[in-house]
Amino acid sequence: MSRYTPPEQSKAGQVFDIVVVVVAIFVALWLPLKLGLAGAAKSIDALDAKTWEALGQNPTMAAIWEKLGYTPETAHDVIQNRFHYVIDWPTLIIMAAVLIGYFVFLFRASDREYRDVINEKFDDK
Amino acid sequence: MTTTVLEPAIHGDRVSLLRVLGPAHVWALGVGIVLVGEFTGWNFSADKGGALAALIVCWIVGLLYTSVAMIDSEVTSTVAAAGGQYAQAKHIVGPLMAFNVALFLVFAYTMLEVSDAILLGDTIVAKAGVEGLTHNSFIAATIVVLAWLNYRGVLMTLNVNFVITAIAYVSIVILFFSVSPWTQGAVLKLNELVTPGNALPYGWIGVIAAFQFGIWYYLGIEGTTQAAEEVRSPARSLPYGTMAGMITLLIAAAMTWYVCASLMPWEYLGITYYPLWDAGKLTGSPLLENLLFIATLLAALASANGCINDAARAWFSLGRDRYLPSWFSAVHPKYRTPYRSILFLLPIALAFAFIADLNQAITFSILSGVLQYTFMSINIMMFRKKWPLGTIRRGYTHPFHPLPAIVLFCLCVVTFFAIFLGFGSQLIAMTIFYFLISLWFHFYRYKFVRRGDQFTMPWPKPQGY
Repeated sequence: MSRYTPPEQSKAGQVFDIVVVVVAIFVALWLPLKLGLAGAAKSIDALDAKTWEALGQNPTMAAIWEKLGYTPETAHDVIQNRFHYVIDWPTLIIMAAVLIGYFVFLFRASDREYRDVINEKFDDK
Repeated sequence: MTTTVLEPAIHGDRVSLLRVLGPAHVWALGVGIVLVGEFTGWNFSADKGGALAALIVCWIVGLLYTSVAMIDSEVTSTVAAAGGQYAQAKHIVGPLMAFNVALFLVFAYTMLEVSDAILLGDTIVAKAGVEGLTHNSFIAATIVVLAWLNYRGVLMTLNVNFVITAIAYVSIVILFFSVSPWTQGAVLKLNELVTPGNALPYGWIGVIAAFQFGIWYYLGIEGTTQAAEEVRSPARSLPYGTMAGMITLLIAAAMTWYVCASLMPWEYLGITYYPLWDAGKLTGSPLLENLLFIATLLAALASANGCINDAARAWFSLGRDRYLPSWFSAVHPKYRTPYRSILFLLPIALAFAFIADLNQAITFSILSGVLQYTFMSINIMMFRKKWPLGTIRRGYTHPFHPLPAIVLFCLCVVTFFAIFLGFGSQLIAMTIFYFLISLWFHFYRYKFVRRGDQFTMPWPKPQGY
């Protein structure tokens, strides 16, 4: 197999490629933050009676909360702020499909490239 | 620590990285990056599933990382090149996979560095208690000073890491023995804080959800392999340093959970940014409070320091192999560090430190980490298939193959589900990013890559090719 000689990349081309990568990184990481997509669904299950007992805290727990500077009123929103785990099946299926598709493409395309590498490396000898 | 051999590593005829590190540096790099996870982050798993869930995932995720360390030790002691898992992927799977793995590494470590800087800034602001004081200047100073330290040299960087990691680790041990862990009721009150009624407030779905932040107990231990080209004896130093690091972390994680879960209610434990510092405060000892405050800062510094080191080496490797513009592959003529990569990643870390909050930055890091562990479970199967035992010289051969790979893969699937329960959209967005950037590489950037040069190990042709 003949040895592949890659083209030399111009300085402008290098700068362009760096910009592409930086923009892609920022879009991937920043966009979900901007769109408010990052973060689990928590909500406060409000109680009428804001006492340590009503909040499910025994005397030991209540004493620690107080040592940390909380009262039943200020601890209410911390203690009652709960996750509500609901499996959103369409999103789960999309996520699984995206992940599987990504890994399948990754391994198949990598294997094609790897064959170039192995052929050139070992057929030269 | 002594370093007597300052022999340059040769990569072609270019100036290259120095082989100056020993097993202690490898330990410091791995544990230094990870130990901050005991000071913040792991406790968010209590928020997800309760205090008992945090303990269950501490053990199960410990199993995941033990598999990672075993697999990594075998592959890296055989493929000893800068870039760690990147170099493994290049020799075992192919260039596109290597490109992705390097990006996983860069994202995981840069976002971990961001989390460390945010933690450090928030801790100082909380301690100062001055109205109007924000964490921004502390974050910026941390990232810039550590980048400068990395710019100046790997030996100095990891010597600093060894010292501050050791101090932070000893502080956890001191805290543990100061609270009489063998007796309940005097200081520790586990029985009264973790009761049958609140141990698993969300049931088993909460335990699965807790995997997301359970990863944070150990995330980054695989970073030891980034130093492969800078250790004097990769076959000895990397397995010893990595496995010793993993044992150290398992002990630290167990002690941390026990003390924290015995000192504060799970609802508070799940939201605090400083569980160990809070534990120090709750003992009522000013000495312990101040010790844990300083240790929190040191752990954050050590982690950020190691992350800059690792992310820069992964980026450097991409440039050296022309997967990215070769401009990044420059080594500083005096300090022998990948200085352009260090400088390039600096503003990216700064930008995200200011726009993301702590648990978002942690999640970014975890996502890339789990994608990488998924790759590792498949990679070891391919490695053993392409070069069965006895066909090449391995520095270390891990036992029970393929059990660790299967365990690792299954736990990665569970962790993806856990991430879906909180950050599903984020996971989809990041995977789409990796997919699009892979298309860019495969159909455009790959043309600049020298094919045969991607395989540098003196191995026979892989079986099946």
